[in-house]
Amino acid sequence: MTLLRILTVLLAAGCLMGITTRSEEFLPDPDQEAKARTIMEDLRCLVCQGQSIANSDADLAHDLRVIVREQVAAGKSPDEVKQYMQARYGDWVLLKPPVKTSTYLLWLGPLVIFIAGGVVLFLSARRLKREGGDSLNTPEAGSGDDIL
Amino acid sequence: MSMRSKIYLILPVLIFGVLAVFLYKGLWLNPEELPSPLIGQQAPQFDLPPPRGADAGFKTADLHQGKISLVNAFASWCVPCHAEHPLLMELQRETDIPIYGINVKDKPEDAEAFLTRNGNPYNGVGADLDGRVSIDWGVYKYPESYIVDGDGKVLYRIIGQITRKTIQDIILPMAEKYNGQAAQS
Repeated sequence: MTLLRILTVLLAAGCLMGITTRSEEFLPDPDQEAKARTIMEDLRCLVCQGQSIANSDADLAHDLRVIVREQVAAGKSPDEVKQYMQARYGDWVLLKPPVKTSTYLLWLGPLVIFIAGGVVLFLSARRLKREGGDSLNTPEAGSGDDIL
Repeated sequence: MSMRSKIYLILPVLIFGVLAVFLYKGLWLNPEELPSPLIGQQAPQFDLPPPRGADAGFKTADLHQGKISLVNAFASWCVPCHAEHPLLMELQRETDIPIYGINVKDKPEDAEAFLTRNGNPYNGVGADLDGRVSIDWGVYKYPESYIVDGDGKVLYRIIGQITRKTIQDIILPMAEKYNGQAAQS
């Protein structure tokens, strides 16, 4: 029984350690902390490229989180913090790529393809309607009626 | 078959062909090598004291001496840095390209042990204890090296370990070209 208790406590402690793998100083002001978190969500972890720095355990991600918190505490706006990161790590550090000349294709491409698809669909539907009336001759139409 | 329906038949093949070419090229890109926004810009401003075991520190003004130089971010905790170091020693012995080091987030005793064990190829080396200077350089993978021209402008970034090939194909040609031009003018 005692063994079971000890094991339970150890298991619970293990879970807690899992949650806080690294001690981190949060900002005392919850509003600022929330603001800092939002910024972190938008910044890419350079080491583990699929993740944001908010949920990465990499050393660099930790250092960048510290910088984000510092700058938020110093009253910097989210854009200013992101500019700081962008100046050092390029557009890549932003999980959402900025809209600019070199990324027009990226942002507008899907829309262009969607509209093009719509146009093709519309044109071919119209043509089918126009030609379809002629091509479906009476005997065929009749046989359709028979089946129904 | 009309001309128009022939075009419709060929179109998917063409689209596939264009896509295939781009995707094939994409296969050979290395997603770990990110472009640096620092290329073509002035190196960041900093002034770092030397770590224990080195005499000369490293500051921005060191990069304004009219000669191309190599800046190398390294640490004792970075395994490929140990493997790379003999090449830096060789570069220092056999060429006159100044090499500067940024020792990132090392304990003083670890930095000293690293330089004692592997040698010190650096004309100046700065102890970047909190890693802020390496963040200013945009370093994200260790080791990382930068080629900087004689006026402190960053020309090139080498991500990861410097190899003999990097030295032959990039560092030496760039140094030769730049220092040659500087000598003429």
